[in-house]
Amino acid sequence: MGRYVARRLLQMIPVFLGSTLLIFLMMHALPGDPVRAMWGEQAIDPSQIARVKHDLGLDLPLWHQYWNYLSGLFQGDFGTQIASQRPVADVIADAFPVTIRLALFAFVFTVVVGISLGVLAGLRADRLLDKGVLFFTLLLVSVPSFVLGYAFQFLFAMKLGWLTPTVQNSEDFGQLFMPAIVLGSLSLAYVTRLTRTSIAENLRADYIRTAVAKGLPRRRVVGVHLLRNSLIPVVTFLGTDLGALLGGAVVTEGIFNINGVGRVIYEALNRHEGSTVTGVVTLLVIVYLLASLIVDLLYAVLDPRIRYA
Amino acid sequence: MRGVARARWVVCALSVALVASGCGGGGSSGGSGVVRASWGDPQNQLEPANTNEVQGGKVLDMIFRGLKRYDPRSGAAENMLADKIETSDQQNFTVTVKDGWTFSNGEKITSKSFVDAWNYAALVDNKQKNASFFAYVDGYDKVHPTSGTATAKTLSGLSVKDDRTFTVKLRTKFSTWPDTLGYVAYAPLPAAFFENHAAWLKKPVGNGPYLVDSYDKGSSMKLSKWDAYPGPDKAQNSGVELRVYTDNNTAYTDLQAGNLDLVDDIPSAQLKNVKNDLGDRYINQPAGIIQTLAFPMYDPAWSKSGLEKVRRGLSMAINRDQITDQIYRKTRTPATDWTSPALGDKGGYKAGLCGDACKYDATAAKKLIQDGGGLPGGRITLTSNVDTGSHRVWMDAVCNSINNALGNDRACTVNPIGTFADFRAQTTEQRMTNPFRSGWQMDYPLIQNFLQPLYYTDASSNYGKFSDPKFDNLVDEANAESSADKANAKFQDAEKILAEQMPAIPLWYQNGSAGYSERLSDVTLNPFSVPVYEQIKVG
Repeated sequence: MGRYVARRLLQMIPVFLGSTLLIFLMMHALPGDPVRAMWGEQAIDPSQIARVKHDLGLDLPLWHQYWNYLSGLFQGDFGTQIASQRPVADVIADAFPVTIRLALFAFVFTVVVGISLGVLAGLRADRLLDKGVLFFTLLLVSVPSFVLGYAFQFLFAMKLGWLTPTVQNSEDFGQLFMPAIVLGSLSLAYVTRLTRTSIAENLRADYIRTAVAKGLPRRRVVGVHLLRNSLIPVVTFLGTDLGALLGGAVVTEGIFNINGVGRVIYEALNRHEGSTVTGVVTLLVIVYLLASLIVDLLYAVLDPRIRYA
Repeated sequence: MRGVARARWVVCALSVALVASGCGGGGSSGGSGVVRASWGDPQNQLEPANTNEVQGGKVLDMIFRGLKRYDPRSGAAENMLADKIETSDQQNFTVTVKDGWTFSNGEKITSKSFVDAWNYAALVDNKQKNASFFAYVDGYDKVHPTSGTATAKTLSGLSVKDDRTFTVKLRTKFSTWPDTLGYVAYAPLPAAFFENHAAWLKKPVGNGPYLVDSYDKGSSMKLSKWDAYPGPDKAQNSGVELRVYTDNNTAYTDLQAGNLDLVDDIPSAQLKNVKNDLGDRYINQPAGIIQTLAFPMYDPAWSKSGLEKVRRGLSMAINRDQITDQIYRKTRTPATDWTSPALGDKGGYKAGLCGDACKYDATAAKKLIQDGGGLPGGRITLTSNVDTGSHRVWMDAVCNSINNALGNDRACTVNPIGTFADFRAQTTEQRMTNPFRSGWQMDYPLIQNFLQPLYYTDASSNYGKFSDPKFDNLVDEANAESSADKANAKFQDAEKILAEQMPAIPLWYQNGSAGYSERLSDVTLNPFSVPVYEQIKVG
């Protein structure tokens, strides 16, 4: 187990290097010059541009820039933003906690509500409740998140006045409630459907019949024997989903005015802030890698037949 | 049944959370008397000489006062910190600073506060974006050479005479130069700016009617009234809270929900509702911004003689009224010259200088284009970045208008470019072979600012490389005139040359728009379409 984890962690190093290089090259390949764009509609000043580029090392050959970036990274230096002269580490430190709060909120919502609904629907497959859940999840899958976001905003904030339409204070979980639900709704639909199918199928499995025949209470049959075996596909999905919730919240963060990672990436892309995009995306890659490691370890917990050496 | 019971519990928990947060929600801050206004995160550090965009400009306008200030209504430059600015030859100026002004940290404002600030701004090592504004001052080429390192640390044209006077020697005659001094780049700076730069950036200290209380980058800035402000334009509210919004739709939603008091950019999707939603709490007035279609005059296909007819014809083929009406819902005004109505008469604006060439006339347009030998290559493409400002939509409409006038569906097509950075690179490297969008936002409300940087030979923003000796002469003469009125008349004559040559087609003047809540009164926009925060009354 320990050796397995160590091996997986070591495998992350080439993935990490490769992904930073790829993103770094992609940002460089984007047309246009971010330093020049800083002057907007106004007259540009070549000597100034040369000076800014020199100070940020943007006039060096590409391999040299990448080398500087990497060696900085190992000293905890994520580089500096071109326009604001702010260390990228500061930008990340500002944005990540907000997004992590939002993503965890959405994640907990997805897990709790999604698995509950899925279990309920799976236990009563093809009955009215199951059909209802099927329809509900179909709706969530087909409605884009921004439609849901605006609809919620209109209904709960403008018409009913229960909530503030936007997040004024990102540490207030009450205000994060609506964006979290919007953000988690698509995953909710998938989790519900995965759980439902898995439960409905395993319900007919031999070991369930055995458990029931042994006279175990229903709570134990469903809660332990059935759920534990049915959760493997759901856990696989949830693992990758956590990464998507962290990085893919651009639209939701925009609608609810949340200063999170999605917005940072969006702005940085618009402004061609290469070091910011590379830094943030690299962190997201690491989150994905760690999440998939945890998923793999959870397999062993859920299914004792799986062993890692 | 157990399952159902559990489901009920989940639903209850959710609704409890909903209700609880409903009760907790709405607790937005903003004490009485504080204006909560929408804002965008300034891209650059908040230094006066390094801020060339409107969001940072808003803050600097609240915390700084310069020698001159543009009247929020008329746009006329009026003395603020300047007691008097005198010249006898339009080239050597003596500036006298008023007595009794201090920075908010108590430091006295002297002539040195200005000279140090200007020297800092001009020096190439300090990488200030507005450095080029000091190019008029003698010695700029020493402190800011086009390549290599600076050979001097200070501008030789500036010298401090005593605590309240300093002299400025310009490189050439420039009679209206004092009127440019209302621009924020010319603001004075306290010693703290130079001594502890990092701390100053965290919490800027200025001499305007507001103080910066806190700056939470990426989310908000809180400013409060400076009670001891020595100027005549004291704040009428107790403070301003600027909140960062990335999406103007979201800000508009917050305005309607009562979470925000002032939105200074109405989203285009809401323009058709805004009158219903806000009534007379909606402002729509000309700002100092003009959009034009510039021709690549460096390309012989566009600059050879006779082609001016084609350029004029294209201008006449554009139905500006229809486009500003239907696409922009009157938040743009059809242009009839190359400046902006925001200048006012004093600033040199005169409607109709473009003459017939800017009036829609499809038949005359077709005839002119044919007389001029037709479109170069038989067809044209319009290029612009399309990431902001509904540029894609108007380009389609302009092309449509041209195609209809010429009776040829393929005469005009659009070439949308994804990002501004890419578009800017292509225009500055002269890769355009067809008309491209050229927008201009004024730095100071003077006609000179709309003409010289854009159409003077080899001027800094003359991306089409237009060059006309008669135009250049008129601009030089105008700058040497002793009175503003005479200078304006010369500049207007120069505009008539643009009307003949049509190096850029004036499209429309951009308006500034704003909406505010019932809590506020006395909300106005200045000629730069920035709200005049200090005049706003709350309650």
